[in-house]
Amino acid sequence: MVERGGWSVRALKLWLPLGFFMFFTLFPFYWMAITSLKPNQELYNRKIMPLIVYHPTLKHYIDLLTETSFLIWTWNTLLVAVVSTAISLIFGVMLAYPLARMRFPGSALIAFAVAATYLVPQPLLFVPLADIIEHMGLGDTLTSVILTYPTLLVPFCAWLLMGYFRSVPHELEDAARIDGATRLQTMFKIFLPLCTPGFISAGIFAFTLAQNEFLYALIFLTKTDVRTVPVGAIAELVKGDVFYWGQLMAAALLGSVPVAIIYSFFVEHYVSGLTAGAVKQ
Amino acid sequence: MSATVLPARATRPAFGFRRWTEREDVFSWLMVIPPLLFLIALVGYPLVYGVWLSLENRPVAQAGTFIGLGNFIADLHDPTFWQVTQNTFVYTFAATILKMVGGLALALVMNQDFKFKNTIRALLLLPFIVPTVLSTIAWMWILDPAFSVINWFLRYFDIANPGPSWLGNPHLAMLSLIIVNTWRGLPFYAITLLAGLQTISPELYEAATIDGASAFDRFRYVTLPLLKPVIFIVTMFSVIFTFADFQLVYVLTRGGPANATHLFATYAFDVAMTGGQLGLGASIALAMLPPLALIIIAMSLYMRPAKS
Repeated sequence: MVERGGWSVRALKLWLPLGFFMFFTLFPFYWMAITSLKPNQELYNRKIMPLIVYHPTLKHYIDLLTETSFLIWTWNTLLVAVVSTAISLIFGVMLAYPLARMRFPGSALIAFAVAATYLVPQPLLFVPLADIIEHMGLGDTLTSVILTYPTLLVPFCAWLLMGYFRSVPHELEDAARIDGATRLQTMFKIFLPLCTPGFISAGIFAFTLAQNEFLYALIFLTKTDVRTVPVGAIAELVKGDVFYWGQLMAAALLGSVPVAIIYSFFVEHYVSGLTAGAVKQ
Repeated sequence: MSATVLPARATRPAFGFRRWTEREDVFSWLMVIPPLLFLIALVGYPLVYGVWLSLENRPVAQAGTFIGLGNFIADLHDPTFWQVTQNTFVYTFAATILKMVGGLALALVMNQDFKFKNTIRALLLLPFIVPTVLSTIAWMWILDPAFSVINWFLRYFDIANPGPSWLGNPHLAMLSLIIVNTWRGLPFYAITLLAGLQTISPELYEAATIDGASAFDRFRYVTLPLLKPVIFIVTMFSVIFTFADFQLVYVLTRGGPANATHLFATYAFDVAMTGGQLGLGASIALAMLPPLALIIIAMSLYMRPAKS
């Protein structure tokens, strides 16, 4: 559509609302960054203008890295996110490939069950899961979250991959089958390599979800050594009523960096994963 | 051949077995069984076990005794439970409506041509990408009773001194949570609705314009009806995950002041994990299912995508 009107109409219809949304969206990140650089005498001074830093310092970052277990938490978070994403992709493919490409009795029921599982809210499960994990002797191990995160991620990956798999034409697979390839060979050698973009979308999405998880980690991981970044920050940088604000902000910023970097490389894949469930084609 | 399912690489390469696994239905079932067993073990079983727990009096680390619906009856006599129900509804409705209206507005704004569109879209999605707990820490500091940046401006412009206690006042605390939830969820709405907008053919707008439709008419009679299915699905997701929200409340207020911001999830957590009453906690978590189901049914009836 050709827009009529000059720059003033455009400012009113585009830049003004966009500016408002950008400010609303980005201010907390600006605030996070600037607070993490403030020395304590600026941080806790109610008189001076708070929007800028007068004497920036890296003290909070150094304290965070030397005095707390932040690096261990970061390692734990990445390890858990990568392993649970890998498990979820494998299980996701095992569900999505037959559901999207084959006819078999019970497929409609399974597809429905997978979608329903995706909609089961986490708080519904944490009480029984806490008991089960404790009975299995998995409390305070990373295994507890590596096992439970895929329950949130598998249905999502399966759903996204099903959509992607359906969009791939059948001819190549048919040709491979006629040439005598087994179903497994067809799947691994012909079909799955065609679906790399789908895997990236599902993988990125699962990875950010795993990084974001808090409730299970909070319940299952109560020792410093096994904590993830969100739980570590909330549980150990807040001592009673004392908040280590500088370190908290530094942790929040550093903890967001891995996700933000991966996201920045794959924005398009992320967006297509995000919208895949709601928008057809 | 035995009737039991053998692993795909049997030690004795039986011709019949190979033929059997090549059948479409057999291959499919062999594929889906492992992930299905996983989901049954870690979603299905806990769900059933949760129902069982909710029927027990079960202090932590002790054997439970079956008490039937005792926990649910206790919930119904617990004034906090009713407060929690009300809080959850207020929180869900207010945040969902804000996200829907704001997300639609942002999607319409973004559906124009302008420079750096992809960069701006990527930046606008940040609240949805960054781990919620970490971004909520920034909000905690923005809403801090003593050092809130909002209050600094209120003082600077002589609007209020010392300024409100955002998380200390029951109503303001709920309002703050709703704003922060909107902040986090709005990008999801906006980007998904934007993707929906982009599937609408420009010819429809041209035809409507030729027929004399104003900008508002085009929005009302072309955009909205075509966007309805997308709005429906996004809202469904949003309602479910807002209704069951935990992280925001746990980090910002822990349900306080005086239970004014407790939701089902945080209250169940308090009772089960902090208070050690697993059975009662499980019953509170389960109690969120009927109202959630009601909302979803009502939404489906009201916004049902037309079947073609």
